[in-house]
Amino acid sequence: MTASVAIGGLGVSRAAPARAGVAGDAVRCDGVSVRFTTERGTVTALDGVSLTIRAGSFLTLLGPSGCGKSTLLRVIADLVAPSAGGVAVLGDRPEVARRNRDIGFVFQDAALLPWRTALQNVTLPLEVGGSAARPGKRSPQDLLKLVGLGGWENAFPHELSGGMRQRVAIARALVSDPKLLLMDEPFGALDEITRDRLNEELLGVWESTGTTIVFVTHSIYEAVFLSQQVLVLAARPGRVRELVDIDLPLPRQLGMRETPEFVRLAGRLRQILETC
Amino acid sequence: MTAQVTDTAMSGFVADAEEQARFLARKRQLLWRKRLLPLGAVIALLFLWWAAVVLFDIKPFIAPSPVAVVRVLIQRFDILMANLLPTAVESVCGFLLGNFAAIAIATVFVHKRTAEEAFFPIAVMINTIPVVAKAPILVLLLGNGMEPKIAIAALICFFPTLVNMVRGLQDVNPQSLELMRVLSASQREVFFKIRVQNSLPYLFSALKIAASTSVIGAIVGEWIGSTRGIGALIIQATYAFDTPLLYATIAVGSTFSACFFGVIGLIERRVVKWKSERAH
Repeated sequence: MTASVAIGGLGVSRAAPARAGVAGDAVRCDGVSVRFTTERGTVTALDGVSLTIRAGSFLTLLGPSGCGKSTLLRVIADLVAPSAGGVAVLGDRPEVARRNRDIGFVFQDAALLPWRTALQNVTLPLEVGGSAARPGKRSPQDLLKLVGLGGWENAFPHELSGGMRQRVAIARALVSDPKLLLMDEPFGALDEITRDRLNEELLGVWESTGTTIVFVTHSIYEAVFLSQQVLVLAARPGRVRELVDIDLPLPRQLGMRETPEFVRLAGRLRQILETC
Repeated sequence: MTAQVTDTAMSGFVADAEEQARFLARKRQLLWRKRLLPLGAVIALLFLWWAAVVLFDIKPFIAPSPVAVVRVLIQRFDILMANLLPTAVESVCGFLLGNFAAIAIATVFVHKRTAEEAFFPIAVMINTIPVVAKAPILVLLLGNGMEPKIAIAALICFFPTLVNMVRGLQDVNPQSLELMRVLSASQREVFFKIRVQNSLPYLFSALKIAASTSVIGAIVGEWIGSTRGIGALIIQATYAFDTPLLYATIAVGSTFSACFFGVIGLIERRVVKWKSERAH
C-alpha cells in the first residue's frame, strides 16, 4: 500500500498550533442535554455538556460506552436536536453550517453506497443537496490520491478492504472542503496495524487541509496520539469529566507512543476513565 | 542464487506458466463437471423412466414413455406452439402489470406509513385466497378472454414483489440516511439515490419468483372456460386420455417458464453489479 507515502509527502511542518486563516471557535456547546424517549422510559444521553472547540484544532471525545460521545457528535452535526442548551457551529446554528456544507461526517462503518464505485462515492456530496452542493479546492480524484487510493477509482466497496473503505469515506467527507470534520469511531472496526497507519495519515490530512477535527474513540492511545485536546466524558448520564491538553509536539510519528511523555498522558487519561 | 531464492519464494503466490496452465485446466474441468453432472442425471432418469415403462408394460395413457413424449413434441409442434402463444402473452402481460402495481404501491407505502397500515392487511388477505379460488371469481368478473388470465397472473406476481420491494426500500443502512441528512439531501434524492438502488437486489429476487409464478397463474386461469393456451391443452389432453400430449404440454410450459426466469436473471446480472456491503 502506498498510502502512507502519499500522505506523508504532504506533511506540512506546523510552526504554531494556531494556524493562519482560522480564527475563533469552531464549536460552542452551552449546557447541552439530550433525552431520548424509549419503550422503557426516558434516557438521558447527555446532561448539561458545555465545551468550546478552537478552530483548526483536533479534539477527541473519549469515554466508556454509553457516555454519549456519538450523541454529542450528532448534536454538532445537526443529526440530533438537543433537548436543552445551545449549540453554535462556526458562530451559527448547526443547521446553517450543515446547509453550507461546512460539516463533514465520517461514520463508524464507512457507510459507502455499495452500488457506487470509490470515485462515485466521493462525488456523491456534489450531486445532492441542491444549492448546498459545492465543490472544494481538491477534485475527487485528488482526494482519493490524498487518502492513498489513486488507481482504485473504479473499485466497488465490496472489492475494498475495511481500511480502504474508511479512506474513501474520509475522501468523501473532505470533498466540499468542510471547516469541521466529525469522525465517529472511524477506525474502531479495523485491525491494529491498519488503524495505526490510518492514525498517522489522518494527522497528515489534518495538517494539509487545516480543518477542525472532532474525533470520537474509546481508545486511549488513539486519543493521545491524534489530539491536541481530549474531552473525557462520564457515562449515565453523559457529562463532561475533564478536558485534558495533549501538549505533544507536531508532527507526530507512531514511535512517539513509547516516549515517557506519551505514557504519562495515557496513564493520566486511564486514571480519569477509571473514575467515570 | 538470489534468483533461485526469489523463484522459490514466489512459487507459493505467483505461479509460473506451467503451473498457471494446470490451474486453468483444472478450473475448466470443474466448470464442465458442473455442467455435465446435472445433464447426466437427467439422461439417467429419462432412461430409468423409459426402462420402467417398457419393463412393467405400463399403458401409454397412464404413463407414456419419454420416446412417445418426444414424438408428440416433434409431430404436434404446431399445436403446442399455437397454444403456448396465448399463455406466453398472458403471463408476460400479467407479470408486467402485477409487478408494476406492486412497485408503485410499495413506493406509496414507504412514503405514507398510514397507507401501509391501512392496506397491507388487505393485501395479505387477498394473498391467502388460493389461485384456484380466485380464478373463477375473476372469470365471472372479466369474462372469457385473456383479461382474467392476465389478472390472475398479475395477482400472483403482485404479493411477493410488494413485500420484497417494501423491504428493499425500507431496509436501508441508517448511516446512509444520516449521511444524506448531513449532505442536506431532499426526500426525492434520498429515494432515488439510496432507497431505489438499495431495493434492486430485493426486487430482482421477487421478479425471478414472479417469472415462474406468472406462467402458473396464466395456466390456472386457462383451466376455467378457455379453449386456447397451455392450460386449456392440459385439460383437453387429460379428458381425452392423450397422456403423451399432456406430458409434452407440461414440458413446453416448463421450458417457457425456465426461459422467462433465465431472461430476468440475465437482466439482473447487467443491472446489479455490486454486492451488499453487509453481506460482505
